[in-house]
Amino acid sequence: MDLREPRSWRRAKNRVVTALMVLSFVLVIIPLGLVLFTVIAKGASVISWPFLTSQIPPSVLPANAGGIGPAILGTIEITALAAVLAVPLGIMGAVYLSEYGGTGPLARLVGFMADVMTGVPSIVMGLFIFSIWVLHFGFSGLAGAFALGCLMLPVVIRSTAEMLKLVPSSLREASYALGATKARVTVTVVLPAALGGIVSGVLLAIARAAGETAPLLFTILTVTAANPDVFSGANTSLPSQIFVNASSPYVGAQARGWGAALTLIAIAFILMIAARFTTARFARYAL
Amino acid sequence: MTSVGREHQAGPASTLTARRPLGDRSFQVLALAAGLAVLVILLLIAVSTTQQASSWFSAEGTNVLSSNWNPSANQFGALAFIYGTAITAVIALVLAVPVSLGVALLLTQVVPYRWARPVVYVIDLLAVVPSVVWGLWGILVFAPWIQNIYGSVGSGVQGLPVLGSLFGPPTSGASFFTAGIILAFMITPIVTSLSREVIATVPSIDREGAYALGATRLEMIRGVVLPHSQGGVVGAVLLGLGRAIGETIAAALVIGSSATITSHLLAPGYNMPAVIANEFGEATGVFRSALMGLGVLLFLFTIIVNVLARTVVARTARRGRGTLWHRSPPSGRRWTCASPARGGAPRTAL
Amino acid sequence: MENPDPNAVTTNLARPEPSAGQQAEPAPGEVIFEMKNVSIWYSAFKAVTDVSLSVREREITAFIGSSGSGKTTVLRSFNRMNDLVPGARLEGEMWYRGVPLYGKDASATAVRRRVGMVFQKPNPFPKSIYDNVAFGPRINGERHRARLDDIVERSLRRAALWDEVKNRLRTSGLSLSGGQAQRLCIARAIAVEPDVVLMDEPASSLDPIATGAIEDLMRELKSQITIVVVTHNMQQATRVSDRTAFFSVLADSSNDTRTGVLVETGTTRQIFEDPRDSRTRAYVTGRIG
Repeated sequence: MDLREPRSWRRAKNRVVTALMVLSFVLVIIPLGLVLFTVIAKGASVISWPFLTSQIPPSVLPANAGGIGPAILGTIEITALAAVLAVPLGIMGAVYLSEYGGTGPLARLVGFMADVMTGVPSIVMGLFIFSIWVLHFGFSGLAGAFALGCLMLPVVIRSTAEMLKLVPSSLREASYALGATKARVTVTVVLPAALGGIVSGVLLAIARAAGETAPLLFTILTVTAANPDVFSGANTSLPSQIFVNASSPYVGAQARGWGAALTLIAIAFILMIAARFTTARFARYAL
Repeated sequence: MTSVGREHQAGPASTLTARRPLGDRSFQVLALAAGLAVLVILLLIAVSTTQQASSWFSAEGTNVLSSNWNPSANQFGALAFIYGTAITAVIALVLAVPVSLGVALLLTQVVPYRWARPVVYVIDLLAVVPSVVWGLWGILVFAPWIQNIYGSVGSGVQGLPVLGSLFGPPTSGASFFTAGIILAFMITPIVTSLSREVIATVPSIDREGAYALGATRLEMIRGVVLPHSQGGVVGAVLLGLGRAIGETIAAALVIGSSATITSHLLAPGYNMPAVIANEFGEATGVFRSALMGLGVLLFLFTIIVNVLARTVVARTARRGRGTLWHRSPPSGRRWTCASPARGGAPRTAL
Repeated sequence: MENPDPNAVTTNLARPEPSAGQQAEPAPGEVIFEMKNVSIWYSAFKAVTDVSLSVREREITAFIGSSGSGKTTVLRSFNRMNDLVPGARLEGEMWYRGVPLYGKDASATAVRRRVGMVFQKPNPFPKSIYDNVAFGPRINGERHRARLDDIVERSLRRAALWDEVKNRLRTSGLSLSGGQAQRLCIARAIAVEPDVVLMDEPASSLDPIATGAIEDLMRELKSQITIVVVTHNMQQATRVSDRTAFFSVLADSSNDTRTGVLVETGTTRQIFEDPRDSRTRAYVTGRIG
């Protein structure tokens, strides 16, 4: 009785494919490693507290002159405003999908369109807000917030809806049985139960929005002066500034660009870690 | 029983038929309005951008799709950009899909679960890198480095029949191919994650069935895993395509900004989102309208690709055995769909 | 096509040739699986302890016992399916036709080529009926269309499914009813002409009529194929099997662990009519389990 491998050909094919799979993994890791390494290496040398708070100098000036303070301010303001606009609307939209819409045709359409909307390019959102707002009211951080909000909205709707659907129906039934109205049940029982997952999803949506450049191109009109008034006047943001500096021939500007990139990645990573932490801490019904 | 105060007792039976309180109804209206907001916004996008682009359509007529792009001569044919978008997207898919599929299979079929989770985190990290950072690295580090390689490749294949026209000179660090590569880096996390989730829904009893017949792992993958998950994987690829089409900033920085239609992939080129990003600020009149029109086309293409992606997934899901996506947050994009095999109600929202 | 002789030997799927020095075709009743003092762990959990038994050629051997007694674990060790579970570990010795089953010279895929398996829940591949049955022969190198047609028809006939599906071989295997799907899985398993087929509660998810069909099938196949079947249904064991092995759970209250042990083996008649161990008697007369 011979129990050895019957055909070496089959085993060889198996081995080759396994090697290819490992190679794919390596090919995925390498660019990530390279980008992170470069950003950290080039950015760390530029970053300092003065860098994070100083005004943006003319591009031609060397790296140690000035900083990116206005850009950080702009990112924080505009992203926060976008979140204020998109998150409540998104959560209510998710409430509709999960609690009220059921499987009716309108709910299916809304859900489908929300998913499709996640695929709309960010630059189209920028063009949209340009058309209906900027042309009438001028550039402002608010316009940028609208554009970012449109990007965030479908993402928040989807993730929140999924979290709400994970809440066991027995919880709702118990509340109804006590005579609570649907609104009360939703607000006092269902939303709190899903809160961890919802917050996590929102944090990730914010992380994505903070890194977006294209929607801001035609809505905030990147300037270099700090503008704390987010409702009027052109503004700037970290990604916008990086975009400008990346196309600049001046070494100083490029160095500031690396510093800004490191700051942006740090913000995005912090938000991502906060999101995972929230999921882990509050995950009662989340997967 | 008597310890229950009067205020806890239910009111007279007539309150059972009372109308729903105002708060409850307004909440429902608010929720409905929020849901409709999605439809309204999409509609507004379509309408407003098309309206802005109308002067381009009327000025150019059928020349809208010509290859003549010369703003100073008031010529705005869009073909070069459509071509560029298509080419860079194809390059990105050709590079990203095999790699993503390989990693997805590796993580689900080969690597034990304990090791797979940190790897998944790493891949999600890849997705968090903003596109402008990819662009920054692309134009300042990657393009100069790869320029030398392009140069050698270019002179090496110069004159050869097919390779020469694809990879021959002119070559430039900022080119179609470089944009394709950067796009590939950017869509890999999403295609990998979605494929991985689909593949993970293949029931292990099916996989065991193949092993029990004496199949090697490759034979099991080809016989059971791939047929099972093909719908979901196709959907994942289409979504990656949608992302590659619409990705703006990284492309704008590394594509070379040259509106030409050429087979030479290593030459500078242009695509729709990139030209919009680079030129819109200074554009006026018909020029601006033309760029807006490119935005309309972009919107249209991505909508079509996205709708296609989700109908493919929904159709294979309806056919029964779990090619549904289930994605729990956190990551950039999220959508989930319970698998009927797991007892959840099949959802058609996807 | 005229009724092909189900006993005809096929070409490159022939039963493994007896190597020089061994007897050709052991007579029914010879031992083909031998286990000695085998214990199986899943990570830190000891699923079965110290099992020693033998399985004889061209008989139906039934494993009976309550849940958690390790019957399925032992069954899966015969075709090395436990290898697929991370952390699974086997101690002791197992031989298949004289070759150490877990030795250096035995590859799992080669073992599974000869020792097939039918699962508790039917698991047809998401392919056509034809491609389901042809899967095994194809991965073993059979490409010739006419021979594949032949094998598919023969296997489906032996599995008593041919007449029901002969006009829709190209339709999906997933479209069959439970009983038909299970017969398809049996056809798929026997298409590679295995030496042994292991069955893990093959009829437990089927209705009584389908169950009867499966049991008839088992009796017919046994003249060429050795069958080991795990079953919860004692009547089924008495109906089909020649020998029976009774497993039980051994609970150790001192450290709150449970493990499966083999209590008794023997001919089916002896186990059910005259069991030697009191636990066996309690189980087969219905007092426990």
